[in-house]
Amino acid sequence: MTQSGRTFFLRPRDAIGIVILAVLLLVILPLALDNFRLQFVGKYLTYAFVALGLVLCWGYAGILSLGQGVFFGLGGYCMAMYLKLEASSVENTKIQSTPGIPDFMDWNQITSLPWFWEPFRSFGFTTLAVIVVPAIFAFIVGFAMFKRRVGGVYFAIITQALAAILTILIIGQQGYTGGINGITDLRTLHGWDIRTDSAKTVLYFVCVGLLLACILIAYFVKSSKLGRILVAMRDKEDRVRFSGYDVASFKVFVFCLAASLSAIGGAMFTLQVGFMSPSFVGIVPSIEMVIYTAVGGRLSILGAIYGTLLVNWAKTSFSESFPELWLFGLGGLFIAVVLLFPNGIAGLWQTYVAPRLGPLFSDKPKAAVRTAATPPASPSGPVAPAAAE
Amino acid sequence: MNTQVIADQMNKDFVLAVEGLTVSFDGFKAVNDLSFYVDENEIRVIIGPNGAGKTTVLDLICGRTKATTGSIRFKDRELTTMKEHEIVRAGVGRKFQNPSIYEDLTVFENLEISYPKGRSVVGALTFRRDAAVKGRVHEVAETIFLADQLDQRAEYLSHGQKQWLEIGMLLIQDPELLMLDEPVAGMSVSERKKTAELLNTIIKDRSVIVIEHDMKFVEDIAHKVTVLHQGKILSEGSMAKVQADPKVIEVYLGH
Ligand SMILES: Nc1ncnc2c1ncn2[C@@H]1O[C@H](COP(=O)(O)OP(=O)(O)OP(=O)(O)O)[C@@H](O)[C@H]1O
Ligand SMILES: [Mg+2]
Repeated sequence: MTQSGRTFFLRPRDAIGIVILAVLLLVILPLALDNFRLQFVGKYLTYAFVALGLVLCWGYAGILSLGQGVFFGLGGYCMAMYLKLEASSVENTKIQSTPGIPDFMDWNQITSLPWFWEPFRSFGFTTLAVIVVPAIFAFIVGFAMFKRRVGGVYFAIITQALAAILTILIIGQQGYTGGINGITDLRTLHGWDIRTDSAKTVLYFVCVGLLLACILIAYFVKSSKLGRILVAMRDKEDRVRFSGYDVASFKVFVFCLAASLSAIGGAMFTLQVGFMSPSFVGIVPSIEMVIYTAVGGRLSILGAIYGTLLVNWAKTSFSESFPELWLFGLGGLFIAVVLLFPNGIAGLWQTYVAPRLGPLFSDKPKAAVRTAATPPASPSGPVAPAAAE
Repeated sequence: MNTQVIADQMNKDFVLAVEGLTVSFDGFKAVNDLSFYVDENEIRVIIGPNGAGKTTVLDLICGRTKATTGSIRFKDRELTTMKEHEIVRAGVGRKFQNPSIYEDLTVFENLEISYPKGRSVVGALTFRRDAAVKGRVHEVAETIFLADQLDQRAEYLSHGQKQWLEIGMLLIQDPELLMLDEPVAGMSVSERKKTAELLNTIIKDRSVIVIEHDMKFVEDIAHKVTVLHQGKILSEGSMAKVQADPKVIEVYLGH
């Protein structure tokens, strides 16, 4: 980003990075992996949407959310409601006491479809809801918090509480939500059976396509003046405010954007894995998603994608052999990253690998080293600790 | 109060009219029933001992601290009820006591963010770095002696350069009222001289409130001096008058 200015929002380096990722996800992995393994990658990639949102929200804007599972879940549940309704046709459910409603409702003595399920019969509405419902929820939370200048650790704790509350709500309202088991036994999308291997392969490519589109959106935001304002806010919130910006509205915006991105991931999860449950909404998955981002590099859009893939790959291989050790492994990894590599894999790349690849890939070396050495914007207090007096 | 009556009559002429301003922090009145008026194109210097309430006055004007009672009128708009960013957009610019710049961004980007365009979310997303923006950034960078540092990350600037950058960030906003909190504090002698020169060029065509401890510097630039002490005005007038005031000598200049 030099003063000469760019007419296009991608630097050559970013474009090369995106192409490499696209080739890896669209060509190399599908050729190298069997169907079963590829479906795992597809599942991991749905978390990458969340990591992408966290790069913008946490990495750039310094707003740490420990509740992104809420938005992943909202997106996932919206999609699951649509698929469940399609799977619960009168035909399919004629053995129930009330045919035509989801099975878990019938088990819970509910005799008619709740009003808020009704619109999810429409695929158009569902698609819209996947993006808009989480954004509205994020807007309400963000507006209430950021206008009151709640930030930093306090904000993180509140988002964590939200994740807990939503989990409890979903589990408690079994008749409306499917409870702890979630919404399961999803079958078709517009009559197309999503359980077959060929459907799963198609959905994998759809997921990669959407992820690449979201990556482009993230780069667009990052390279706009708004992206620089986020970085400025993270550093000196008061200076931004006293330069004529309504700081809260920028925070609300990036929080909503991160929510919508997470929700797209959630919807793709439901489609590919075939169910959605409260275990993807709560505190643990939300924190895991922050760890993916930290490992990949919270300041790097592409880094967060690789971080998600790597941590999940490690998780799967580890859990196969030592399931009880995984959480310790994950915790250890997080501590190691925070202490030793604050900018994650992307930071290591920028410091050690990129400079050897020539000017196309690296910043001025001085800046790169310095970036890696300063952990930016750890969550700050409730009131901006600007350097002003 | 006589001055009050006169002030009310001549309100339109004042860029800034502060009247009966009080702020109390848990009962402690950091600013106590303060009234003063700043003219168009006037350079007002506020001096006073540490803790006198100087910074608090600026905080009140720019909306960072809410007044307990009193009014602040800027060109006939009441500032006490406005939000910080609205006050800035109305034309009040403020420099903080410590250099407050964006360390992770380049000098160019620091100035660009302060450019008064694209301040809404949508505006910022669609903001284009066009010729007008670049021209203005270069022009300001020239003024603040940083023209050859535009691509430098701001964290690598010296302390003095950071102060200039923040002054530049205000300058690019082109505020009608500019407030500077100790702009030469912590500067070397040569930087100080350059800063005085810089301030003399940027204070043209606007009203300025400067807080400063450096008496030599104050003498150079002040049109009028206000001496604060314990949140109240101890003395006000020309530099010569204030310097001769025995009360001022006792609490401030004598030390
Ligand atoms: N937010 C606040 N809460 C409580 N007390 C405050 C607050 N802000 C300022 N004060 C107090 O008000 C008094 C005036 O502070 P202020 O910073 O305005 O002084 P100053 O004249 O700028 O001093 P200096 O020359 O040291 O910068 C001090 O006693 C300070 O401790
Ligand atoms: Mg002060």
